[in-house]
Amino acid sequence: MTVTAVETTHVAQHHCGDASIKIFGFWIYILQDLFLFATLFANFAVFSSAYDGGSVGKDFINLPFVIFETFFLLVSSISYGFSIVKMYSNNLKATRFWLQITFVLGAIFVGMELYEFMHLIHEGATPSVSAYWSAFFVLVATHGIHVTGGLIWMACMFVHLSCHGLNADNRVRLICLSLFWHFLDIVWIGVFTVVYLLGAL
Amino acid sequence: MFGRFTDPTAEAFSALQHEPIVLYTVLTVVALGVLLLAVITFFGWWGSLWRNWITTVDHKRIGIMYVVLALVMLVRGFADALMMRVHQAMALGSESAGYLPPDHYDQIFTAHGVIMIFFMATPLLFGLFNYILPLQIGARDVAFPFLNNLGFWITFAGALLINISLGIGNFGRVGWLAYPPLSELSGSPDTGVDYYLWSLQLSGVATTISAVNFVATIIKMRAPGMAMMKLPVFCWTALVANVLILMIYPVLTIALALLIGDRYLGMHFFTNDGGGNPMVWINYVWIFGHPEVYVLILPAFGILSEVVPTFSSKRLFGYTSMIWAILVILILSFLVWAHHFFTMGGGVAVNTFFSIATMIIAVPTGVKIFNWLFTMYKGRIRLEPPMLWCMGMIFTFVGGGLTGVMLSITPADWQFHNSLFLVAHFHHTIIGGVVFAYLAGLIYWFPKAFGIKLNRTLGIASFWCWFIGFYFAFFPLYILGLMGATRRLQHYIEPSWQPYFIVAMIGAFIIALGILFTVLQFLLVIWYGIKHKGKFPVRENDPWGDTRTLEWSVSSPPPPYNFAVIPHVTTLDAYWHMKTKNVPRKTSGFSSIHMPSNTSAGFWAGILSLILGFALVWHIWWLVAFSFVGVVAVIIVHSFIGDHRGYYFSEALVQETENAFTAYLEAKGR
Ligand code: HEM
Ligand SMILES: [Cu+2]
Repeated sequence: MTVTAVETTHVAQHHCGDASIKIFGFWIYILQDLFLFATLFANFAVFSSAYDGGSVGKDFINLPFVIFETFFLLVSSISYGFSIVKMYSNNLKATRFWLQITFVLGAIFVGMELYEFMHLIHEGATPSVSAYWSAFFVLVATHGIHVTGGLIWMACMFVHLSCHGLNADNRVRLICLSLFWHFLDIVWIGVFTVVYLLGAL
Repeated sequence: MFGRFTDPTAEAFSALQHEPIVLYTVLTVVALGVLLLAVITFFGWWGSLWRNWITTVDHKRIGIMYVVLALVMLVRGFADALMMRVHQAMALGSESAGYLPPDHYDQIFTAHGVIMIFFMATPLLFGLFNYILPLQIGARDVAFPFLNNLGFWITFAGALLINISLGIGNFGRVGWLAYPPLSELSGSPDTGVDYYLWSLQLSGVATTISAVNFVATIIKMRAPGMAMMKLPVFCWTALVANVLILMIYPVLTIALALLIGDRYLGMHFFTNDGGGNPMVWINYVWIFGHPEVYVLILPAFGILSEVVPTFSSKRLFGYTSMIWAILVILILSFLVWAHHFFTMGGGVAVNTFFSIATMIIAVPTGVKIFNWLFTMYKGRIRLEPPMLWCMGMIFTFVGGGLTGVMLSITPADWQFHNSLFLVAHFHHTIIGGVVFAYLAGLIYWFPKAFGIKLNRTLGIASFWCWFIGFYFAFFPLYILGLMGATRRLQHYIEPSWQPYFIVAMIGAFIIALGILFTVLQFLLVIWYGIKHKGKFPVRENDPWGDTRTLEWSVSSPPPPYNFAVIPHVTTLDAYWHMKTKNVPRKTSGFSSIHMPSNTSAGFWAGILSLILGFALVWHIWWLVAFSFVGVVAVIIVHSFIGDHRGYYFSEALVQETENAFTAYLEAKGR
């Protein structure tokens, strides 16, 4: 009997995609995403003064606005943290509540970024002005697209949670999404420093 | 509505109208396609095709599909090569010499390079990984079976997209790494470069997905007891190759995305104006490109490390040094990229650094060569086809490595750069190293997948044709390079070059003969398969004898669940250990086995991403929106209604499957 029991857990490990394998796989995905952003940062550095005689970043960067934006994203990371804490105490309602807060904060972040882009384009700082602005938009927008992807994932999670609650699959999904979300937070700190802080100097 | 189709400068159908070669090729391919579909319909194979192949999540079947894709692409890429060889043999004189106009010739060398690297070598590699890795580490599948299926279909979409460019629109005329500013809108206003960009983006997504999968599989799913230093060398090379993929493909993805930004959104990364800098692209693609050649060659080393011990009936000499050499190569491969453009003007310090780093790579590579030689030393060598390919590989690859060291000497490289000497060098390593070794692997593991070996006589003939043909086809190019012939020449005016080009053409035809023999080998197997109504009977698990790793411990072909009982590993060369210790095979008392369910989501995502790529190339924006939403929706819907629970392969069924193999073994007296 015990032998069979050992067998089946073993089997489960090999096929049901045991949570630890999925989370490990997601870490690997994140590492390759890190290389993606590393390339973009390097790219931004290479073109950081390629203004082609046009407008420079300093002319447009509105630091207080971006600090607010940053604030929303950082707080959303904290609220996601609470959501996971609640998940571990099996409190579906609170998990969902904090996830909703996270969603709203993330959406505000994306909204502010879109507003900033529109403002820049309106003022004539478009991606086609110079290599600097091309690099600026690609780096910031790639992060923004990632956050948007995270939001869509989160929206799906609300449906998943109302269908099946905190079952094993959904726990793994929540944990992976939280890795993703915190990772994007860290990347944003890089963007904030390299693009905005150094740019405003 | 129809995007660039209505734009005359995009010349959507001009190749079909004005180039008979293209027209007839397209007609032939379409006819063959229709014939294939008709045959499938006539015999009523659709259902089985759908259930057993298209929607499968079994790593073995996906592996076979990758290999089939790769072999088809090999034929396509080789057809391009043959056309170039014939053309150059007669291209003495002016633009109108030979039979290919410049515009067409330039597309051919670009397509040849891209297809061979991204849609032949990479899928062949992934096919071998898929089939062999889980079996070698004693696992029942890869870590993420669905992602495996998805990765295949996206690769397939990329391959199809690049081949569509043959008939609709055109392909880039920019070389396989599409240097700007030529690849910018200013230099290539039509669809060619866009096909290049989007098919490579698809291939990149698929490759990344698969690499995540393989790394997770090797790290997390090894049989109990298989410590990292008991891992077969092929798995080690696979691990390192996939880690490399995860580090370099993001760079390629970004480089391509930036060029897409230039071409689609008017950005200025690699343009000559607007502060852009084309040299930045060249750095990116080679930061990707140099490690990429190690992605291809490391598993080739892994294959040799499996095949050579088997056919020398000895264990691999210097396992530990082998692993260290692989890891050293992993690191060094990131420090050499600038050897591809010593002529950039990086300065003495930069060039010296990259020159020396390049020379140092020869050291760990040499370690491996010596390890194989010492494995063979005093071994009982059997000259079966896989071993022939390996010995051909060792002999040829050393030569290619030596010319590589020649190229790494900066001042000499100023002479060799972009000459046919370089073309000879990289084919020397890529055919003599990668292709020879992969074919060795293919032939070596073939009986594992189908229960029978490929025909031996044809195999030996094929090897000798490739081997001899290679030297005829590429050694003249070394000489031509030294005589001053540059690469990518549509015509030349130096009469003394022509004889060398003619010899190279003859060499290519000898290789063609080799490919023909390989095709015949496969036709024989297909015939055997048809005789058995598509079900290959279970045969010998260890057809070569003296094999050492776990994949040979299960029947050929292996059961769907691979291992009825997960083996416990105590030593390196686990199966060899089992054989010498006479560990009995378990024949009864199995438990049911959990299996992942099939899914069609990967297939639909692949088809939709093909449409997405096509729509992006042709600027059909509504279709872009539709297919992009479609891809995302398929994945989301799969997460909701996909069958994530899998099913159980019942005890009775396991017993029945194992009994068949037991019966076979007993009939053979074992
Ligand atoms: C099988 C026999 C092969 C023949 C006869 C052949 C022949 C050729 C020829 C004639 C060229 C153009 C050289 C020039 O620029 O003048 C070429 C380029 C190239 N080949 Fe091959 N080739 C073969 C196999 C392969 C394989 C297996 C690979 C890779 C896996 C490969 C990768 C390339 C690449 C990357 C280029 C450069 C394309 C460019 O100029 O951008 N070839 N080959
Ligand atoms: Cu290189």
